Parts: sequence; C-alpha cells; structure tokens
Amino acid sequence: MKVSYNWLSDYLNLENTTPEKLADQITLTGIEVDSLIEMGKGLKNIVVGEVKSIEKMEDSDHLNITQVDVGESELFQIVCGAPNVDKGQKVIVALPGARLPGNFKIKKSKLRGHVSNGMLCALDELGFSDSVIPKYAEDGLYLLPGTAVVGENALTYLGLDDVLIDLDITPNRADAMSMRGVAFEAGAILSQEPTFENIQVTEDPSSSIEEWISVSVEDPKDTPYYKSRIVTNLKVTQSPLWLQRRLMSAGIRPIDSVVDVTNYIMLEYGQPLHAFDYDLLDSKEVHVRRAQSDEAMTTLDGQERVLTTENLVVTNGSKPVALAGVMGGQNTHVTGTTRTVLIESAVFESSLIRKTAQSLNLRSESSSRFERGLNLGTIQDALDHAAVLMAEISKGTIISGVAEANDQQATEKEVSITVTKINHALGTALSLEEVASIFTRLQFEYRLIEDQFIVTVPLRRWDISIEADLLEEVARIYGYNKIPSTLPVMESTPGELTDKQRLTRYVRRYLEGSGLAQTISYALTTPEKAARFSLKPSNTTELDWPMSEEHKSLRLSLISGLIDNAAYNSARQTKNSALYEVGHVFYENNSSALPTEEEHVAGLITGSLSENTWQSKAQAVDFFTLKGIVEELLESIGFSEKISFTAIKTLEDFHPGRTAEIRIGNDVIGVIGQIHPLIAQKFDLEDTFVFEMSIEALVQSGKDPVRYQTIPKYPGTSRDIALLVQDTVTHNQVIATIESNGGKWLRNIQLFDLYQGEHIREGQKSLGYSLSYLNPEATLKEDEVNQDFEKVKAALVQELDAEIR
Amino acid sequence: MELKDRLSDISAKARVEISAITTMEALETLRVAYLGKKGALTQVLKGMKDLSAEERPVIGQLGNKVRDEIATQLTETKASIEKEVLNKRLSEETLDVTLPGIKPKKGQAHVITQSIEEIEDLFLGMGYQIVEGNEVEEDYYNFERVNLPQNHPARDMQDTFYITNEILLRTHTSPVQARTLEKHDFSKGPLKIISPGKVYRRDTDDATHSHQFHQIEGLVIDKHITMADLKGTLEALAKKMFGENREIRLRPSYFPFTEPSVEVDVSCFKCGGEGCNVCKQTGWIEILGAGMTHPEVLRMSGVDPEIYGGFAFGMGPDRIAMLKYGVDDIRNFYLNDQRFLEQFKVKG
Repeated sequence: MKVSYNWLSDYLNLENTTPEKLADQITLTGIEVDSLIEMGKGLKNIVVGEVKSIEKMEDSDHLNITQVDVGESELFQIVCGAPNVDKGQKVIVALPGARLPGNFKIKKSKLRGHVSNGMLCALDELGFSDSVIPKYAEDGLYLLPGTAVVGENALTYLGLDDVLIDLDITPNRADAMSMRGVAFEAGAILSQEPTFENIQVTEDPSSSIEEWISVSVEDPKDTPYYKSRIVTNLKVTQSPLWLQRRLMSAGIRPIDSVVDVTNYIMLEYGQPLHAFDYDLLDSKEVHVRRAQSDEAMTTLDGQERVLTTENLVVTNGSKPVALAGVMGGQNTHVTGTTRTVLIESAVFESSLIRKTAQSLNLRSESSSRFERGLNLGTIQDALDHAAVLMAEISKGTIISGVAEANDQQATEKEVSITVTKINHALGTALSLEEVASIFTRLQFEYRLIEDQFIVTVPLRRWDISIEADLLEEVARIYGYNKIPSTLPVMESTPGELTDKQRLTRYVRRYLEGSGLAQTISYALTTPEKAARFSLKPSNTTELDWPMSEEHKSLRLSLISGLIDNAAYNSARQTKNSALYEVGHVFYENNSSALPTEEEHVAGLITGSLSENTWQSKAQAVDFFTLKGIVEELLESIGFSEKISFTAIKTLEDFHPGRTAEIRIGNDVIGVIGQIHPLIAQKFDLEDTFVFEMSIEALVQSGKDPVRYQTIPKYPGTSRDIALLVQDTVTHNQVIATIESNGGKWLRNIQLFDLYQGEHIREGQKSLGYSLSYLNPEATLKEDEVNQDFEKVKAALVQELDAEIR
Repeated sequence: MELKDRLSDISAKARVEISAITTMEALETLRVAYLGKKGALTQVLKGMKDLSAEERPVIGQLGNKVRDEIATQLTETKASIEKEVLNKRLSEETLDVTLPGIKPKKGQAHVITQSIEEIEDLFLGMGYQIVEGNEVEEDYYNFERVNLPQNHPARDMQDTFYITNEILLRTHTSPVQARTLEKHDFSKGPLKIISPGKVYRRDTDDATHSHQFHQIEGLVIDKHITMADLKGTLEALAKKMFGENREIRLRPSYFPFTEPSVEVDVSCFKCGGEGCNVCKQTGWIEILGAGMTHPEVLRMSGVDPEIYGGFAFGMGPDRIAMLKYGVDDIRNFYLNDQRFLEQFKVKG
C-alpha cells in the first residue's frame, strides 16, 4: 500500500513531523515501511504553460511550432510533436534548464532550423509508469485543467511534490490497506485523533430505490453484507485532476469519473466497490449466488470465464453480471454513454474470493482486500461517500434509499486484559495510567475493573479478538525497544547432544580430518538419480506438482548428489574430489503416507587425495584408499560386533567386482564400491569410489566400552610367512585359517605383501603375512612360538592348498 | 741419549705432530706410533729395566706423565675432529626451510553447517536440547498446528511442495515445535529446544531464492517467560553470531504462531550502523523473526496457555552466511564447487 503523505495530512496534523520520521515510527510500531518514494525527486523547472498559438511546421508531417505563455514577459517558442497539442490548452512545460527523470536536461535548441525553448511534456516523460497513465493521455500531452495558473510549478498539480510511504502490510493488518486505517495507525503514533470529513447524502426525494432495484443473496454466509445505491442522470467524463493524481500516486490508472470514484473510495475506506451500468442490468433485480458448474460469463477484460460452484457471482436475477469481489462483467460495464449507475458495497466470504482470484489468476486491489477482510463499520459510509462524490463529479442525482440484502449489523467485540498480565508477559512494569494512555492513543474505548481493561475493539480492527492481540497492541505502541532485556530464569535443564547428534558430529569431523569436504546437495532430484545407489529397495517419493523434472523426486541415496558434485567440479578443472554429505534419504513406507526418513552419511573420492609435490607424485585413489578411511572410522567408533566387508555383485549401479556390503555383525549397514564405469563415463569422471552408511544403524549397533589393559612387560616376537595360493582364495579366508590355528599367543596378523605376475603361476598369487606373538605373563620361548607357527603353516597347506615359500 | 731426554723428545715431538693432524685416520696412526705396543713411548719404557733402582721410579713417573699428556692430547684432538666432522655433516644437511611442507589433506565442514553448529553450541550451553525433525511433514503439523488453518491468508506467504493433499515438504522447521510440545512432560521441567534443518519452498532458484534452504528455530516454554527474556536471548545470539559490539532492534511483525511477533534487526556488522551497501543504507540488517508463542499453538498441543507461555525465534543460516561472508548467490551453497567450499576452511 502506497500512502500519500499529502493525502494523509487531510486527516492528521503532520506539521511537526517529516515523511522520514513518520516512516521510521511506523516501522518501529507495527507496519514495515518498504521504501519512501519521493515522487518528483530531481525534477525542476517544470511549470504550467498555456498554448497561445500553434502553427504546423512546413517541412514536417507531425511537428508543430507553438507559442507558449509560461508566465514570463515573452511567449516561449516550443516545437512540439504531440498529436493532441492545441491552442488554449494548459500544458506542462519543461523550461530550458529543466531536469527530467534519468537526469535528462532540457536546453534551448533548434529543430530543423526553428528555435525551441523547452519541451511540452507527456506523463511518461515525467516518470509516470505506463501502468498508471490514463488511456486518454497515453499518446500525447497531459492536459491540466483550465484553472491551472500559468507559470506555477507544475509538479504540485501532478502530485509530484508528494512523498509516498510504501507499506509492506502483513496479513493481520489489512486495516492498514486504507487511508483511514493508516490515519488511525499514524494517529496512535503521533497521539492524535484523525479527523474525517462528514459526508452528507443529498438524495432525490422524488424517487425511491425500491422502484429501481431489489437486492437478495442466496446464502448470507457467502455474502454477509450487500448494499447498493443508484446515481442517475450522470455524465461520465474524465475525473478532476486531484482525483486522478491520488489514484496515480497509489498506482491505479484513472479510467473515468465513475470507476475512479469507486477506486478512490476503496483507497480511503479499504472497501472495494463496484459500479454497474444500471440500464445494462436489464432487470430490476440483483441476486448474489454461487455460479453453476460450467456456467460461463465474460469479464470486463473481454475474457470468457468458465465457472464452478466455488465461484460467487452477482446476477441480474438470471445471468451473471459480475464475478463477485474479483471482476465486473462486460455486459454491465460502465462506458461513456452510461447514465445511471448502481454502486455495490458488499462483503463476500474471503476464502471464496481467494480461491476464485487464485484459480482464475485475477488478483486485484479489490480481491486482495476481500481476502484479508473488511471494516464492517464503514460498508455504508463508503457507499454513501461514493454516491456523493459520483453525483458531484459526474453531475448526477442520488436516488433516495439504500437497497440491501439483509439488515444485519456488525457488533463490536469486548476483549479484556489485566495490567498484571501485561507486565508478566512483557517483563515490564507499566502502570495502569500508561496502559490506559496507550488504549486512548489507539482510539480504543475501555472500561476498567480494578486492573482489568475491558476494551471495546472498534470494527476497523477486526484482527483483535483475544487477550494476546491486546498484549501486542500495548507492546508495540509502548515500543518494543523499551522492553528490558533479560535471560529466562527457570529450572535448569542439561543442554547436551543426543547419542546420534554426538556420533554424527564425530563422523563429520573424522571425515574432514581424512580429507573429505562436506557438501550439501539438493534432496529433490530427477527420478532417475533419486533411485540410484539405494541401500535398500524402495520406490521414490514424488512431488505432486514439481516445478521441473530436475527437482521432482526425493533421493534414496546421498551418492547421486555426491556424483553430481564431483562432475560439477570435474567440468571446472577440479579433477580431484574428496567429498562427503550427511543428510536424509526418503524410503517409501507401506504403513504410512509419510516416507521413512533415515539419516545417512556418504563419501566419494576420485582422482587423488594428494597433489604432485616436489617430494612425491600424487597417488591415484583406489578402492582400498576409501576402504581404509571407512575401516578406521568404524574401528574408532568401537563396535562390539565384528565389522566386515562382503563382496556383492548384484548392485547394478556399482562395479560388480569392486563392491562390498559393510556389515556390523550380520547387519548390513552400508555399501562401499566403485561406481559403475558406465555411470562414471556419463558424468565424465575417472574411477570414482563411494560409500554410504546409515547413521541410525551406527547409533544402534552395540559398542564396547573402552577397557584399560596393562602394558605388556615382556617382549613379543614375530614370524613372517610367504605363501602361494589360488587367486580365488581371499584374504579373509587366510586370516580365518591363521586365527583359528594360531595358538594362544598370536596377537596380530599383518598382510605385508601381495604379488601377482612374473615368476608366479597364472591363477595364483603370493601373499606375505607377519604374525606377532606375545605372552603378557612371561618371556615367550622360541620353541613354543615355533611350534605354533608350524601349526599355522600346516593348516594353510591343508585348508587352503597353500604352498609355503 | 738418556732415557729422560728421549722422553722429553718424544713429548715435544708428539705435541707438534698431534696438533697438526686433522683426520681420524692420522690420529689413529699417531696413537699407534706413540702409545701402541710397538710405539715410541712403549719402546722407551721397555728400556727402564736397565735402569738403577733409584732412577726407575723417577723415569717411570716421567714416562707415565708423558703418556698421559699424549693420551689427553689425543682425546682432545679426537673430540675436536669429531666436532668438525659433525659440523661439516650438519652443514651439508642444511635445508631450504622455505620449501613447502607436505600437508595432510583436510576437508572442512560446509559453511552452513558451521553456522548451525555455532548456534547449536551457544544454546547447548544455555541448557537447550537440539531436536531435529523430518523434512516430509503432514500439512496438519506444518500449517494447522502452527495456527495456519486452510485458507489462512498467511499461507500465501509460503508456497509449498505437496506430495499429496495432506503430505508436503516442510516449509519451515516449526512442525518440530508442535511435535515436541505435544510430547513434552512439563512436570520434568521447562521446554527449551533448538531445531535446525532443511526446509523447502516452491521457488525458482536464482541468486536470492532457493527451493531448498535451512532454518534454525528455538522454542522456550515455561511458567514465567517474558518478552524481555526473548529480547535478552536474541541479544546473546546476535552478539555470538555477529560480534560483541552488535545491538539489536525489534520491530513488530506478524507470524501466525506468535503474538506479539517481532522481526529482529542487528546493527550492520559491516559499517557499524552508519549505512552501507550491506544494510542498504539503513544501518540495520534483518536477521530473524521471533515472538511470544501464540496461545492457540499451545492449546492445540495440549498445553494450557493460562499457565504456560514462552517464546520462539527462527532464522535462516543461508541468509546469515550470505550476509556474514558476502556470498552473492545462494545457489553456491548447493552446487558444492570446491573453490567455494574451501574458502570456509578457517575456523576462528
């Protein structure tokens, strides 16, 4: 809502303040000021002129040479190309030295040899937006009324000396979508009671409205109030300058002397009105009802609308003549030939208007006011004022009486609050007098019982209905910034992380320490990407009405996002990526409409973890680089059950020979592997390794407490063994054989060599293990160790067909 | 020549010769030459057997003295040669210490996580719990339970991704409030929570809009919580996030789930309040929304608003990180360009 400072000063004495100061106060007491708009900022030397004579320029088809009186001793010769320029007009003249918007300077000049001392201006040349310039002034000069005084500053006539306070109105303060509402708000700030002009309706006693029209509504829930008046014998013209000026400042295009009045009243009262051409109604009846399914009507923008029973229409008893609260119908549109007008001042159910405006994409100044609610106290006042203004401007007469659907009266609510409650809630120490003065400034009447204020809430503040609403009024007028600043005093509670939060933070730090950078990807992605790399089979969750295919489905895995990120970096010459993400994945849940959300952690490495340095060459990452990171992470969490990696060939997005399930005990908690080369190729990535684990599973799996063990006093010893086995024998099998035959002093088995190739038979591999022995109680005897070691050798030969080398 | 003279000869000669040597090899040769079994001194002393009983102890003593002197000189020289050798080696080992070190590769937390964690830690210290919620929510919890019934005009303020008519991607972290409130047992103490997380709005992604972003909300409910407490809490938050010298300013606003509602500005951390491009010349930057929990929200969660009350506040870590670091495009947070991520490596 753009509030004209000049207009506001009709209701309040603003002599002791400035637009800047008032705007600041408005912001700090309740309504955010989006901006201050100084209308004519930077414009100067623009005056009223009168065209004294006009002469066509000989060698031009459109230029005229005018002699203009600008209040100087001599006439100014000005060349003008506007088609509507004519002798006797009062026009806007930019004199030599004038500055127009865009820092455009007017100088004395010569056009085709003719002196031109300035420029006659159209509205767009003065900075008015095309959307507010009246259609009749679109292609030419804007003409000032004959009463305009030659030589005077033209900016005043156009309202360009005004400042607009642009209010950003929250849904609860729809009362401020009117000049009167803003006047009350500003009045409370300035401790002034706004004053409004008293409207006296002079009716034509010879004719009563009952002879003209009867009004009814189908359902008072849809249309609680419907009032109308008739103004006849009027002549539709252009509105007077002051009216046009106020509309344009508010961002509304002047149309004609009837429509402009309805818009003006809407701005003043917040009450949207509609004017019908009475003669085109074609009946003596107005009936408001729900549209029938598939009922059609043409709105005044010329569009045919097909309606539903969710739309409310104003009819002439049979066919729709307006889409209630949203837009008038073309069939009853006010035109230059209209002689009698029916003015409608009504309240329609807000959610119906909202749905209609939304579904037909017809948001307007009117519909947004209906949606947010109206001041039930001024439905009649707005109607009366409109009739008076219309009769005055368009020279019509007001038929006596008001036609209305029902005569229900809105009543004011009472809401109570005690001073004790106010101070308890705000942490203040306001006195009874201070609270009373705040209600007085708001123009709220009240009764007082001890320290309880029983406030009669004016109808213009329909947002106030409970105690908390009054509390807010008191707090904001008192000033939020005067409220003291304390910390809550209460029973103390431990502030600590849950096990899951602590573990998640640990996992993150660990991965960062291992060289992985945290990423945050979009949870919504393409259906194809969302479904990839899932740890378990599930359908994806899809948006009902996505904005694009790119962000349509909720992810089942974090890996897809990491691959996107690696590809994004790779395309920008960053070939090495080490990334991780912690976030939710969304599994379909058969027993609930809500998907099951699980917190996962996933990591990705590609390229190398290090750079080429002057000391060493960068090493390409491989499966075991990432496995090591994951193994160490899991070991450091301390699971009481064994962590194992089992080869799995069936995950289609992974390399079938380089992928493993990660298990704690028997439970699969994640997966690690190389992404399928075909996917890597698609994203233009080198060999890329990824893992993903469920954080919930990590939290839930049992963990061993840390137990201290005495540092051994006796030295241990070790034996190395090299063996040749079939290629198909796994490291895990070898370890299992050694462990189960290792004897009681075997403490550790370390693989130190793996070789395949030259000097080794095809289909075989050579493995080297170092076995460490220790007796914590005594020095180990060579014999004992040798015996144990021989058993291991024998078992390897027997169980794995190994050849000891 | 008398033995005595030969001894002084040996002594003098040895002194000269030893002082001239520079290598360990030469030192060893001299040691053998003088003190070895066939060495000069040994040879001389062998002649002692021919001496008289009176002379023998005298010469013996002299011989021992000469031997000790030579041995001492040899030891000293050895030490000095060793020292020289060491010095030479050390000098040869000199490095260009300005060559770059071999850095272990480190990753870093995402800048938004860093912001969230900073706020979490502040409130953990004040006895709050962190409660995370689900990102897919029921319309009922996302809207109705925070006092936004169907057709409420404020629903326009947030466009929503729906999955079905009743299921949606949460548009704010507020459903966590409702879910936590209805479960909380007030006989076990007040409710103090912080809930961070991802939220979603139907927005076309551009430099200032993202369909996915983050929020962090706080909620405190007890018997005697005042708006002054809210103000003090927000002040602590603003100082933690933007520096000790920051001031805050409260402006009335509207949120359906709080009343009174406030928007909170912090004095501009770039210009200190004088006006600059960051604060759009106002000296203030809007950083969060807050208010006293609406009685209806409490009632719907089964909490009696006549007894209990409190405050809630919420802010956007994305926006805060943009302001704090001058990030000019919100999409940077979700594209994960490593040249972007690495810039937030430094932890204060």
